[in-house]
Amino acid sequence: MAVAKKIPSILSKQISFCPGCGHGVVVRLIAECIEEMKQEKNSIINVGVGCYSLMTPSVEIDRFDSLHGRGAAISTGFKRANPDTLVISYQGDGDAYSIGIGESVSAAYRNENITVITVNNTNYGMTGGQMSATTMPGQKTTTSPLGRNCQTTGMPMKFPEMIASSFPEVAYVARGSVTKPAYVNKLKGYIKNAFEAQMNGEGYSLIEVLSPCPTNWGMSPVESHERVNGEIEAYYPLGEFKLREEK
Amino acid sequence: MSDMVKGNHAFAEAAVRAGARFYAGYPITPSTEIMEYLSTRMEEVGGVFIQAENEGASMNILTGASASGVRCFTASSSVGMTLKQEAISHMADSDLPFLAFNVVRYGNGLGTLDTGQSDYHRDTRGGGSGDYRCIVLAPYSIPEAVELISVGFDLSDQYLVGTIIHTEAALGQMMEPCDMPEMKTVERRFGAIDGTYSHKRISPLTRNRLEEAVEMKERYERIKANEQRWESEYVEDADYVLVAYGLAGRSVIGAVKQLREEGHKVGYIRPITLWPYPEKAFEAVNPEVKGYISVEENATGQMVDDIALTLKKTSQASKDVFALTYAYGVPAMKKIKADFIRITKGEIKEVY
Ligand SMILES: Cc1ncc(C[n+]2csc(CCOP(=O)(O)OP(=O)(O)O)c2C)c(N)n1
Ligand code: SF4
Repeated sequence: MAVAKKIPSILSKQISFCPGCGHGVVVRLIAECIEEMKQEKNSIINVGVGCYSLMTPSVEIDRFDSLHGRGAAISTGFKRANPDTLVISYQGDGDAYSIGIGESVSAAYRNENITVITVNNTNYGMTGGQMSATTMPGQKTTTSPLGRNCQTTGMPMKFPEMIASSFPEVAYVARGSVTKPAYVNKLKGYIKNAFEAQMNGEGYSLIEVLSPCPTNWGMSPVESHERVNGEIEAYYPLGEFKLREEK
Repeated sequence: MSDMVKGNHAFAEAAVRAGARFYAGYPITPSTEIMEYLSTRMEEVGGVFIQAENEGASMNILTGASASGVRCFTASSSVGMTLKQEAISHMADSDLPFLAFNVVRYGNGLGTLDTGQSDYHRDTRGGGSGDYRCIVLAPYSIPEAVELISVGFDLSDQYLVGTIIHTEAALGQMMEPCDMPEMKTVERRFGAIDGTYSHKRISPLTRNRLEEAVEMKERYERIKANEQRWESEYVEDADYVLVAYGLAGRSVIGAVKQLREEGHKVGYIRPITLWPYPEKAFEAVNPEVKGYISVEENATGQMVDDIALTLKKTSQASKDVFALTYAYGVPAMKKIKADFIRITKGEIKEVY
């Protein structure tokens, strides 16, 4: 039997991400999880600065617009002031891993009871596709026009691995993707796990999402999905890096 | 007799008594005792205390707390306050109240550990990028600081702006007799973010920033009209008026009293609000006054600019404005008096 998929009621308008962009899927999954957990009137989403800022006119829950990179700190303030509320920090790889790496690491280090969702599209989408901390070796961006030279810029950062190995007491860490239906289902499970861990007071949770940015990669949506499934997934393995513990 | 209390401890306790239950900060001399005190005090009163990874993060943590409608504060010194400016500007953009102590240490960059008044321009002009102001209160004693802390929180809530308690190393470190006010409780700000989505949240994409700018300007004009604070004496017949705030103000009051006894017609204005600048104080001054003298704990002279601007506004633009700058430390009365005499002899040139 066909199942009618309804748009979550907390998304009031269409969001104008580029065709093939992964942000729309992530926003939708977050909204579905909030609704299914009946947290529409008990959630705060703190939106970082990147293309995802485009979601803000549509998301009908308590929301705050962060400074670029400061999401984990601002979310800390929200959580400590509202300890029983679901607090989500939505960020990009530029936002969370470059300008905001201090805040991102420190929130995990404190095992702050928040959920950080980072969308990794291997570049700064909003500002036109500059190199970020997750740009792949040899990838051409507007600030690495000859291809990323890892000898002078370092290797792409693996934030979830770093958090899971450095701070083993955090509640939950996973990396998902949006490029196949099976991945989307799995990602939804990761997000729900993270939210449940937070509502259960288990501590910090982190979900990284591999996401295509066809516009800045100069690819069609299909090509950009293939790139994620191939080269990017090979470097950034999907799965859970820290499992929830029985409490 | 009141108990002797250290400045920084009194500031921290006064903030708690004003109903603040949320502190985030990062240690820096000479303000550190504020957070050391709060590290246990906040727990006693059921509040939140966070030692953040740096000053910027602590201010961003306050952003979340203030957006949640909670009375919150931080403390730092000079270079540490510099790191907070990004968040302070963002809080101004979101109309979020907060209170911050700047226990000033003299100097540029990392600066010194000594007392001074080198952050006047930064603190009175907003401090970060953009087009905003914070209310700036400058106490000259520990009891006055304690009083102004409660006032500052209330003004922040009333006008939805930040308040800086602009004080200096010496006041934070010294001890004075001081009574503490009764404990207050404050409600969370109406309509704040608490997860219940009681109010629609405006998106940065759909904000009407032109309308907001007009409203902000009107709000600032109301602050300027209603919230100027100062102390002054002997200005009606003065030949010279000395102007100084904080501990320099305390020295100036002593110096002016002695100079009066010695036959000099001098008066003083001690600004308590540095922003809004107490322009009204200058309206009561003798129209025949020969000049104004800014006494400051810095090398370049900062507040002297605001005196000159105020004189322009109060139709006294032709008056001479001098600056006695002391970098650094609190100037002694003797030194101020001697330099005043040099001004009367024409040995020190006016700035304006
Ligand atoms: C302090 C500051 N520096 C720089 C910028 C410019 N800026 C806006 S978005 C962005 C990068 C966003 O990249 P990412 O977080 O990866 O999000 P994406 O757009 O790729 O989804 C930058 C550098 C800014 N807004 N603030
Ligand atoms: S530029 Fe990239 S990240 Fe931004 S909306 Fe378009 S596809 Fe998505």
